[in-house]
Amino acid sequence: MQLPIYLDYAATTPVDPRVASAMAECLTIEANFGNPASRSHQFGWKAEEAVENARRNVADLVNCDPREIVWTSGATEADNLALKGAAHFYHRKGKHIITSRIEHKAVLDSCRQLEREGYEVTYLDPDSNGLISPETVERALRPDTILVSLMHVNNEIGVINDIEAIGEVTRRRKVVFHVDAAQSAGKLEIDLERMQVDLMSFTAHKLYGPKGIGALYVRRKPRVRIEPQIHGGGHERGMRSGTLATHQIVGMGEAYRIAGEEMHEEARRTLALREQLLRGLEDVEEVYVNGDLTHRAPGNLNISFNFVEGESLMMALRELALSSGSACTSASLEPSYVLRALGRNDELAHSSLRISIGRFTTTEDIDYAIRRIRHAVAKLRELSPLWDMYKDGVDLDQVQWAAH
Amino acid sequence: MAYSEKILDHYENPRNVGRLDDDDANVGTGMVGAPACGDVMRLQIRVDGDGVIEDAKFKTYGCGSAIASSSLLTEWVKGRSLEDATRIRNKDIADELGLPPVKIHCSVLAEDAIKAAIADVRKKREQTE
Repeated sequence: MQLPIYLDYAATTPVDPRVASAMAECLTIEANFGNPASRSHQFGWKAEEAVENARRNVADLVNCDPREIVWTSGATEADNLALKGAAHFYHRKGKHIITSRIEHKAVLDSCRQLEREGYEVTYLDPDSNGLISPETVERALRPDTILVSLMHVNNEIGVINDIEAIGEVTRRRKVVFHVDAAQSAGKLEIDLERMQVDLMSFTAHKLYGPKGIGALYVRRKPRVRIEPQIHGGGHERGMRSGTLATHQIVGMGEAYRIAGEEMHEEARRTLALREQLLRGLEDVEEVYVNGDLTHRAPGNLNISFNFVEGESLMMALRELALSSGSACTSASLEPSYVLRALGRNDELAHSSLRISIGRFTTTEDIDYAIRRIRHAVAKLRELSPLWDMYKDGVDLDQVQWAAH
Repeated sequence: MAYSEKILDHYENPRNVGRLDDDDANVGTGMVGAPACGDVMRLQIRVDGDGVIEDAKFKTYGCGSAIASSSLLTEWVKGRSLEDATRIRNKDIADELGLPPVKIHCSVLAEDAIKAAIADVRKKREQTE
């Protein structure tokens, strides 16, 4: 076992060696380095072929037409293109957009920008398990609603929205439905023939592909239109200009191809590891799992250890690479906005760890993580005045704290 | 974030962790911060007949820098008179530990804690006299 152990696969993943070797074949003079847009020689034709193969691999994983895939620099750009692109195209129909409070910042900040441009945004509250129901979406729809944007799997708590059911609502009401699938593609089955999603954001680096490449799915039937946000040579059917990064695209294609072959086996394996992890931690006193455990991506566990502050917990767990919902390191002292939106109190939000498991995690890694976490929690509770008060039967909500 | 050697040392081996008997008229308790902010410090001192701090204990809920600040503070106040201990400034703690700018509030909290503990023991002693 090699330390530190990487348990932050929801942040990014290492590139699969098979992906890395496919990418290496698209760089040097002996290899496939051409510009896919060069029409006058075989260097260009060969590069174009590689790009189109990759496009087919991505389309195959989510069961759509390759012509519906637009390459972007990542899911952040895909989210920006989807939200601003659809809002700008359909603004004559209305200026109302619906999203949720627990979206990724790429969606929330794009919405903030659209608000500055005069659009109106409704931010839905998830239930206490982190889920947005189709009924909640339906109730928020208005005659001037043009776009609904919701994530498939939440990046912090891993919960899965029922996008198939939500898509039925939005299609019936003729509202464009965008889904950020950065955390779900290649981990859960996505079938765009069946799911009535109009725009979907993808990334490579959460699925053992390289950073800096992603894609936006843009439905052809019924046709969805977007205004481009980057102008130039008219690449990608005019929706996203810029010379295509052959090596990045080939890497994403190979990563998605592998996911298509191994997804089901991998989901079973990561779920077993998560269950092992949860079994090893659930009998610790005052622990809380954040987010629904049933409707949840297999590799994610988000768990709060009451009366222990997240950042000090991370410091005690330096051999483990994971994330905390406590943002004490940043200038603001705000804990995770996702956990707050679930109605978790500040203490529990400050006490949370996000552990995300992936392709290269082993049972030994999980056993080690369980031992380290249990030890650290016990040690920090010995140091915690809140733990003392809890043990003395003090109700912490009744204490008058001197906020600072 | 990279932590200094001194922060890591106090975090790994915190000094004077524990509780003193709050019913003792010579014990002062300073509890500062709030769980919502991610930091709560409880600092306790016991003072002898000459007004010298003979013992100090702490418990802290918070980040490593908050734990280190309070641990260091308990080392510093032992053996000092109450008057002398009021002169400890957050800047002294921050400089000694090498706290990064985003963690200065941890040393501020420690200064608040010792001031609160001193005020508490003074009040208790006045009441018993």
